[in-house]
Amino acid sequence: MAPVADHTITALVEDKPGVLTRIASMFRRRGYNISSLAVGHCEVPSLSRMTFVVRGDDATVEQVTKQLYKLVEVVRVSDISSENLVCRELALVRVKAPAAVRSEIIQIVDIFRANIVDVAPDSLIIEVTGDVDKIDSLCNLLKPFGIKEMMRTGRVAMTRGAAMVEENGHGQAG
Amino acid sequence: MKLTGAQMVCESLRREGVEVMFGLPGGAILPFYQVLPQYPQLRHILVRHEQAAGHAADGYARATGRVGVCVATSGPGATNLVTALATAMMDSVPVVAITGQVPRNLIGRDAFQETDTTGITLPITKHNYLVMETADLPRVMKEAFYVARTGRPGPVLVDIPKDVLTETTEFEYPEEVSLRGHRPVLEGHPQMIKKAARLIAEAKRPVIMAGHGVIISGAWEELRELAEKAQVPVVTTLLGISSFPSSHILSMGMPGMHGMAYATLAIDRADLLIGVGLRFDDRITGRVSAFAPRARVVHIDVDPAEIGKNVKVHVPIVGDVKRVLRVLNRHVEQATHTEWLREVEELRREHPSDTIRETDKLIPQYVIRQLSELTGGKAIVVTGVGQHQMWAAQHFAFKEANTLITSGGLGAMGFETPAAIGAAVGRPDVPVWTISGDGGFQMTMYELATMMENDIPVKVAIINNNFLGMVRQLQDFFYQKSYVATGYTHNPDFVKLAEAYGILGLRVTDKVQVVPAIQRAIEHSGPVVIDFMVEPEENVYPMVPSGESAAEMIEEKLEERVWLR
Repeated sequence: MAPVADHTITALVEDKPGVLTRIASMFRRRGYNISSLAVGHCEVPSLSRMTFVVRGDDATVEQVTKQLYKLVEVVRVSDISSENLVCRELALVRVKAPAAVRSEIIQIVDIFRANIVDVAPDSLIIEVTGDVDKIDSLCNLLKPFGIKEMMRTGRVAMTRGAAMVEENGHGQAG
Repeated sequence: MKLTGAQMVCESLRREGVEVMFGLPGGAILPFYQVLPQYPQLRHILVRHEQAAGHAADGYARATGRVGVCVATSGPGATNLVTALATAMMDSVPVVAITGQVPRNLIGRDAFQETDTTGITLPITKHNYLVMETADLPRVMKEAFYVARTGRPGPVLVDIPKDVLTETTEFEYPEEVSLRGHRPVLEGHPQMIKKAARLIAEAKRPVIMAGHGVIISGAWEELRELAEKAQVPVVTTLLGISSFPSSHILSMGMPGMHGMAYATLAIDRADLLIGVGLRFDDRITGRVSAFAPRARVVHIDVDPAEIGKNVKVHVPIVGDVKRVLRVLNRHVEQATHTEWLREVEELRREHPSDTIRETDKLIPQYVIRQLSELTGGKAIVVTGVGQHQMWAAQHFAFKEANTLITSGGLGAMGFETPAAIGAAVGRPDVPVWTISGDGGFQMTMYELATMMENDIPVKVAIINNNFLGMVRQLQDFFYQKSYVATGYTHNPDFVKLAEAYGILGLRVTDKVQVVPAIQRAIEHSGPVVIDFMVEPEENVYPMVPSGESAAEMIEEKLEERVWLR
């Protein structure tokens, strides 16, 4: 069996209603799993850029990119896993913070270069940005204090250096 | 020019060169129907059920190579199109479906005859549109036709709210389509084509497997040139039948689940498999790990997602089959492969699955043989799905390009009668026959009315065994002949049924009646229904059980067979 790993795929898609449904429907009916998904506007007004994290072996992920590319509203697809990447996620964590432990929590937040974005009498909301490992580590450290609520965005990723995933450039041809 | 939405649709159809469409009106689509008399060049054929409109558009498209058009209203009209759209999707057929939708202000309110048509058809169309702005209609129509016919063809649905059809706005038809996400690659990669030519030159036991893509791209001549130049035997998938003349010395017929045993065994022994315009479907491969175990694989297809999807490919070539073959033929060296062809011929002698049993009984294979004989193998044959479909694939000698029309991927019973109507409308110059089972025929037999009403002279051959025969065969082989829910003990009298529609009906109960009945049908100018009451428990051989390999193939006992080739 080929090794199963997380692959980071980015896609440029038309910014039109229903695009996300088409993509989600394709993943569902072909039995692929999305571990994480992030969508947002990009530098071209009529396009959105999506970042998927898909778990699978190389052949499966190649099929995912080809099936994505087949959708008429998908303009460009790239599996950028093997490239040198900047990957980021953002998390908001509401943690229990009674006065007795508050300073300890603030220290941890400082070490991680995270931010406290809301303060309530017995809890804090912490905002942290970074790669998956960093966010996981922070969460592990906060867990003993009691995490009341947590929300993580999907991964967004960009290749380092000059290579770009553009409308007409780099990416899956076909 | 200011037009209503409905007029815009008609004007767009006209500019796309549409001559005929198949449909059935209802409230939401009615504004479209009411402007049709202003466009006499657009012929509309009224069907009895929207599924038939979809299959007819499909049959028309397959027979002519043009885009087929079907029309239905919102809600149940649209949902009735589902089977037909799924059929066209699986078999890569260019169809544009136009559906009415409830007015925009009612969308999402569970209005009368409202259904989420674009949602329902999303996975069974190549693309679909819900047109919320009347001004978008010309662009959407242009795109719909473009997407349907370019690259790997497929169905496109355009859902139009009633008030969009009635609203008036400026009409300007775009000259060109600009779709950033749909740019099919047509020219094969030159290096890959050269590599394929090298592999062909090195191969000792090459086999070409030709699929629907050969027919879609019109590469009949190019395929033949390749086969002849390199002397490579050709097997064809079910939808690839009639991409290569069956009378050709290199023609090996269809391999796979119910294919010719020798074709399946040739693939098993091959050292090179050249897949041309196909998707290595499971009915062909059986267990993938045991498929063509000795072969390197060259795969040519216009859809990159098909390459490597089911079978591991050594030389992938993405491109239009015709264009790729033209280049490939220039690079391929003349070869003889005498030894291999002799081996293949021996396989054919040892496993004569293209022969039928000598008997006085009326067996279905004999009926197909006689149909093939008396039509000269030149009719367009439209089949349903099941045993009769496999017998048609095995025993009808297709002599002309693109003369078999069948629901291969979806396997939709009831496809044949409406699809034959579409084929006959598109190709009035060629006789059109359906080969039906008694089960599938009853799924869409109401379309006899459409035939009669529109003077469409389809000849219907019902292979009537009073069973859902293929399912019965599975029960015979794998469920100890426990025939649960497969017997039809009260079929209607198909002759009387035909007569009720004003159609000539003939019954054949004996072998000696077969030829005269077929001759009578050929001579009769209008539609005909022949009820061939065949042996009820005849099985299709050979059979590679689902998910098994060539080694597990079940063949009919050799001594029961005679040469009839």
